[in-house]
Amino acid sequence: MTAEPRLPVEGDAVLRFAPHTRFRFDEVRQAWIVLAPERLMLPDEQAVEILQLIDGKRAVNDVIDELAGRYDAPRDVIAGDVVKMLQDLVDKKVLRL
Amino acid sequence: MTAVEPPLAMLAELTHRCPLRCPYCSNPLELSRASAELDSETWKRVLGEAAALGVLQVHFSGGEPLVRRDLADLVRHAAKVGLYGNLITSGINLDAGRLAELVEAGLEHVQLSFQDADIVSGDRIAGLLGSQEAKRRAARLVREAGLPLTVNAVVHRQNLDRLGEIIELAVALGADRLEVAHVQYYGWALRNRAALLPSREQLDAATAAVEAARTRLAGLLVIDYVLPDYYAHRPKACMGGWGRRFLNVTPAGKVLPCHAAETLTGLDFPTVAEASLSEIWYRSSAFERFRGTDWMPEPCRSCERREIDWGGCRCQAFALTGDAARTDPACALSPDRELLVGARADANESAPDFVYRQHSAASHRSPDLVSSPA
Repeated sequence: MTAEPRLPVEGDAVLRFAPHTRFRFDEVRQAWIVLAPERLMLPDEQAVEILQLIDGKRAVNDVIDELAGRYDAPRDVIAGDVVKMLQDLVDKKVLRL
Repeated sequence: MTAVEPPLAMLAELTHRCPLRCPYCSNPLELSRASAELDSETWKRVLGEAAALGVLQVHFSGGEPLVRRDLADLVRHAAKVGLYGNLITSGINLDAGRLAELVEAGLEHVQLSFQDADIVSGDRIAGLLGSQEAKRRAARLVREAGLPLTVNAVVHRQNLDRLGEIIELAVALGADRLEVAHVQYYGWALRNRAALLPSREQLDAATAAVEAARTRLAGLLVIDYVLPDYYAHRPKACMGGWGRRFLNVTPAGKVLPCHAAETLTGLDFPTVAEASLSEIWYRSSAFERFRGTDWMPEPCRSCERREIDWGGCRCQAFALTGDAARTDPACALSPDRELLVGARADANESAPDFVYRQHSAASHRSPDLVSSPA
């Protein structure tokens, strides 16, 4: 079996949560959580906002535009943060391209 | 002291029965019999209490959880109360029908153990002929069923040189994740330490193999790998700290802060029959005993890392020094460091035979331990 190359997160990529990964609100902690095989994440506020825009329809560029509009912040700064986080979650197999 | 937070995960040890006899088994030396196991209704109550307490993930483990006929029922109940269900299995006797039942019940993930990439060696370490072939079949079934698969490989002196092949095996089996776990030395593993502890040279080669594979396989296979205590400079935050993240329920219903905590003497661990999980988590003296930093001796007490590693592993401190309240000798600052470092010399001697895991000699052996896979 040959290994596939690493999947790079690019602007036009459309991401979704991997099967058997759950992003939900936990009533006990009153906080958003990500449940995945051998992983459990308590994303911070910023990460929650990004993850809430991951719906299998929006492209990464759309996510960045949405957040840049929301905060009136320089787009390239937002883009750097968003792509870095999403790439990390793709590498961890929490998100899929 | 900060408020106690709810636990994140629970290890549900449904049974100590297991077809394998691995000489580093994390079950206690004194294994529970089938007759002592909690029944289905009690487990369901415990799962409900866990979810209400804030537990998010439940790991069904053992022994071999598949020997419990009510496993799918328990998985279904876990899903119903909102727990993310993970099965930790040897894969022996897993067939397509049983797996379909578990998937239908809401199982989210399977962690499958392998003892080696080499079949003859793997069967010898597991103490069961045919076990490694059975595991390969189980891995295929899990992937065909569309469940995420983690391969768990416990590594030690007698298989560490083949870590590269173990990584290739995980890729070939279609695993999403490989968990490379160095043996932890208490219980059965401490008894077999001279046969299991790797040398520094073996360890360095293995670590290099992992680092190279991580780069090459990024996005394909996630590799979890932590350096073993016997060659580390600082201890690990065992279970993320005593009573901070995790609880364990034994086959007979004892509630522990970690799966090895029964090795500690002088602590009274409550059972699920005596109190609710919430009462045990927040109020039992056993969970309070090593929680936070107040219990710590020096050098932990004034250490800047005291809330990073939480003093390391209480079971290891007890196993090596006889006192669970001492600094884990895995720390280079521990006054007992030599107890741990001295054992490294064993890695240069010839390895003694394994003492395989078994029920105590005074009683009858369970038939499960001698049957071979179908």
